[in-house]
Amino acid sequence: MLRRLPYLLPLIVLAGLAGYFWSGLGRDPNTLPSVLIDQPLPELALAPIAGRERGLVTADLKGQVSLLNIFGSWCVACQAEHPFLMQLKAEGRVPIHGINWRERDADAGPAWLRRLGDPYTLIGADPDSRAAIALGVTGAPETFIIDAAGVIRYKHIGPITRDIWEKKLWPIVERLRRG
Amino acid sequence: MTVELGHFALVLALLVAIVQGTVPLRGAARGSEPLMAVGRTAALAQFLLVLLAFLSLMNAYVQSDFSVLNVAQNSHSAKPLLYKIAGTWGNHEGSMLLWVLILALFGAALALFGSGLPQALKARALGVQAWVGVGFYLFILLTSNPFARLDPPPLDGQGLNPLLQDPGLAFHPPFLYLGYVGFSMAYAFAVAALIGGRVDPGWARWVRPWTLAAWIFLTIGIVLGSWWAYYELGWGGWWYWDPVENASLIPWLAGTALLHSAIVVEKRDALKGWTVFLALVTFGFSLLGTFLVRSGVLTSVHAFAQDPARGVFILLLLLLFAGGGFALFAWRGPRLAGGGLFRPISREGSLLFNNLVLSVAAATVLLGTLYPLLLESMGGDKVSVGPPFFNRIFVPLMLPLIAAMAIGPMLAWKRGDLGQAMKRLMVAAGAALAAVAAVSAILGSIEPAGVLGLALAAWLLAGTITELAQRIRLFAAPLAESLRRLKGVPLGAWGMTLAHAGFALMIAGMTGSQVWRQEATLVMHPGTAVAFAGFEVGFDGVASVPGPNYIAERGRFTIRNGKRIVAQLEPEKRRYPVEGRETTEAAIRTTAWGDLYLAVGDARDDGARVVRLYFNPLMLWLWFGAAVMVAGGGLSVLDRRLRLGAPKRVRTGAVPAAARS
Repeated sequence: MLRRLPYLLPLIVLAGLAGYFWSGLGRDPNTLPSVLIDQPLPELALAPIAGRERGLVTADLKGQVSLLNIFGSWCVACQAEHPFLMQLKAEGRVPIHGINWRERDADAGPAWLRRLGDPYTLIGADPDSRAAIALGVTGAPETFIIDAAGVIRYKHIGPITRDIWEKKLWPIVERLRRG
Repeated sequence: MTVELGHFALVLALLVAIVQGTVPLRGAARGSEPLMAVGRTAALAQFLLVLLAFLSLMNAYVQSDFSVLNVAQNSHSAKPLLYKIAGTWGNHEGSMLLWVLILALFGAALALFGSGLPQALKARALGVQAWVGVGFYLFILLTSNPFARLDPPPLDGQGLNPLLQDPGLAFHPPFLYLGYVGFSMAYAFAVAALIGGRVDPGWARWVRPWTLAAWIFLTIGIVLGSWWAYYELGWGGWWYWDPVENASLIPWLAGTALLHSAIVVEKRDALKGWTVFLALVTFGFSLLGTFLVRSGVLTSVHAFAQDPARGVFILLLLLLFAGGGFALFAWRGPRLAGGGLFRPISREGSLLFNNLVLSVAAATVLLGTLYPLLLESMGGDKVSVGPPFFNRIFVPLMLPLIAAMAIGPMLAWKRGDLGQAMKRLMVAAGAALAAVAAVSAILGSIEPAGVLGLALAAWLLAGTITELAQRIRLFAAPLAESLRRLKGVPLGAWGMTLAHAGFALMIAGMTGSQVWRQEATLVMHPGTAVAFAGFEVGFDGVASVPGPNYIAERGRFTIRNGKRIVAQLEPEKRRYPVEGRETTEAAIRTTAWGDLYLAVGDARDDGARVVRLYFNPLMLWLWFGAAVMVAGGGLSVLDRRLRLGAPKRVRTGAVPAAARS
C-alpha cells in the first residue's frame, strides 16, 4: 500500500482541488465581498504624510458618511481614477479620505498629489501595510464607504468611474445619509 | 457556404470522434489490425470536418454576416480584414472552435506521420485523443454554439475589443492553443502506455517530438502575449503575474520538465513513472488554464466569457480527463518498474534536479494563482497574491536551476565527476566574474540583484558554449578536426545549446529590465522637454490622425542625445467609436542597450498631456533570447525525426481538398 501511495497522490490532490473549484463557481468574479462589511472600521491611528499636519484616526471618520480611498503613487489604476476623485471633490458631494499605501519613499505620495491635485480631506500614511491588512485590502485603488457611525458599509475594488459612482456608490451614500 | 453547414460538420465530427474513441481501442485490446486502422481514417475525417466547420465560421466573419449571433457580437464591417479573420477566434465560442480544430490537427498529424509507431500504441493514442475531442465537441455544441443565428439581423456588428485588434494578439491565441492542445498528445501517449502497460525508451522517443512541438508553440504563444502586453497596455512592463498569464506559464514549466525527464527515459530507461505523471499533469494544467480563463473563477484583465454553466462543464471535463489519467496512473503506475540506477551527481541526477525545481516552480505559480480562491472557499480573508509574492518565491527558486544548467550537460550519465566538470567551467566562471566587474565599472554602483542576474546569465551562456567547445574538442584538437566534429554535432545537441543560450540571453533581458528600469510619469506641455535616462525628450505636440476604424491622437516627441536627434517617437491614444473604447499605442525606440518607451495619456484642460516614460535596459535581449530558445526547440524536433528514420511521406491528397472547402 505504501508503495502505491505516491501513485495515488495525484488523484487525491485533484479531488481536493476539484472541491475548491466547485465552491468558486457561480460567483460573480468582480464582487469580492469583504468580511468587514457592516463591521466597525478597525482602530487606525495613521501618521500624516509629509506636508500635512493631521493623519487619519478612526474617530475622525465618525459623524458623517465618507469615502475611504486606498491609493499609492506607484499604482497606475489610481492615476486613472484620480481625475474623477478631483471632480468629486469639486462637486463637494461627500468627503473623501485617503490611505497612502506602501510608499517606498515618504515623499513619493505627497509629490504625486502636488502634481495631480489633492482630493483628500484626511490622509493617513501606511508605508508598512498595517492599515491595509487590517482593512483586508486586496489592491489599490479600493474604496470603502463608511457611515456616520464609523461602520464599513461597502467596498469597491478598482478605479471609480463616473458610471460606477452614479449607479453604485452614490445611491449607497444617499441611502446611508437618510439613515 | 452557410454556417449551418459548419454546424452540421461539427456534429458529424463528434460522431466520428466517438467512433475513433471506441473502435481502435477495442482493436488494440484484441490485436485486430483492421479495427486499429479505423483510427487513422477517423482522425483524418475528423480533421476535415472540423476544418469545414471552422472555415464556415471564418467565412461568416470575412463576409460580415451579421445574421450570425457570434459575428454580430464580435465583428464590425469597418474592421480591417486581418482582424475580421482574427475575430473568428477573438471570442469565446470561436476560440473553442479553434481549440478543437487544433486538437483534430494534431490527431491527423499523428495519423499521417506516426506510421513508424507500434500499431497498438498509435491506435490507443488516437483513441484517447478522440475522447478529449468528444468532450470538447459536446462543450461547444451544448454550451457555446458559435453558429447560432440572429433574427432579425442587425445592420452592423458590435465590434471586437480594440485591445485585441493588434497583430501580436491576432496570432497569440492560435499559438497558445497549439501549445496547450499539443500537450494532449503527450497525454494521449501516456494514457495509451498505461493501458498497454509498457513505458520504454522507444515510447519516450515517440513522445518527445510531439511534446517539443507543443512546447515550441506554447513558448511562442506566451512570448507573443508578453510582447503584446509590453507595447499595447502602455504600462512599460512585460509580465504582470496575471492569473491568465500564469495559467499559460504553469503548463510551460511542467512541459519543460517533461521534455527533460523524457530524455532520461529515452537514454537510461529510468524515471518512467515520473515522466508519465508529468505528461498527464502537463495536459491537466493546459485544461486548467482553459478552465481558469473560461469560467470566471478568477478575476483577470483579459477574462473571456464568464458563464458558470460553461465553467461547470469545463471543470467536469478537467476532472474526467485529469482524474481518469490519474486513476489509471494509480492503478497501473506501480508496474512501471524503474530501469537504470544512477548517482545523484550524474546527467540523470542533474535532469532530476531540473525536474524538481521546475515542478516546485509550477506548483508555486499554481498556488499563488489559486491561493486567493482557496482561502476564500475556506471562509478566510480576501487576499490577492501579487507580483511581490511571485518575485520573492519564483525568482530565488530559479537561481540554483540556472546555476546547475551549465553544469548538468557536462556530467556523464550514471556517475558524473563534479570536480572535473567545474574545472572545465573555469572559463564560464571567469565570464561571470567579468560580467560582474564590467557592470559595476560601467554603472559605478552595485545593485546585488542585477549583478547576480547578469553573472548567472554570463555563466550559463559561457557554460553552454564551453559544452559545445568540449564536444568538438576545440583547442584540444587541430582546428580542422574540430570543424569536422562541428559538422557532426547532432541537431538535438545544437537544439540544447541554442535553447540554453537563448535562456541565458532572456535572463540578461529580464534582469536588466527589472533591476535598472527607469520610469517617470509627467505632465508635459507641448514645446517643453525633459531629461530622462540620459536623453532629452522633447514634446512637440499632438495631432489627430484618422485610422481605418479608430481616431488616433498622435503625440510627437523628439529624442535628443546631446545635440543629436536620435529618434522621433509617435505614441498614440486611439479611440474606437464603435466599441466606445480607447487603447494606448506605446512608441518604443529599441537598441541593444535598452528600450526607450513612451506612452501618451489624457489631455488636461490647458493642453498639457500626461506622459509616461520608461527606460527598460536590455529589453531586446529578452525577445531575442526567446527567439533563440524557440529556434533551439525547432532544431531538436528536426533531429528527432531524422533519428526515427525519415517519415514515410504518406500521400497527402486529402489536404488540398480540405483547403478548398
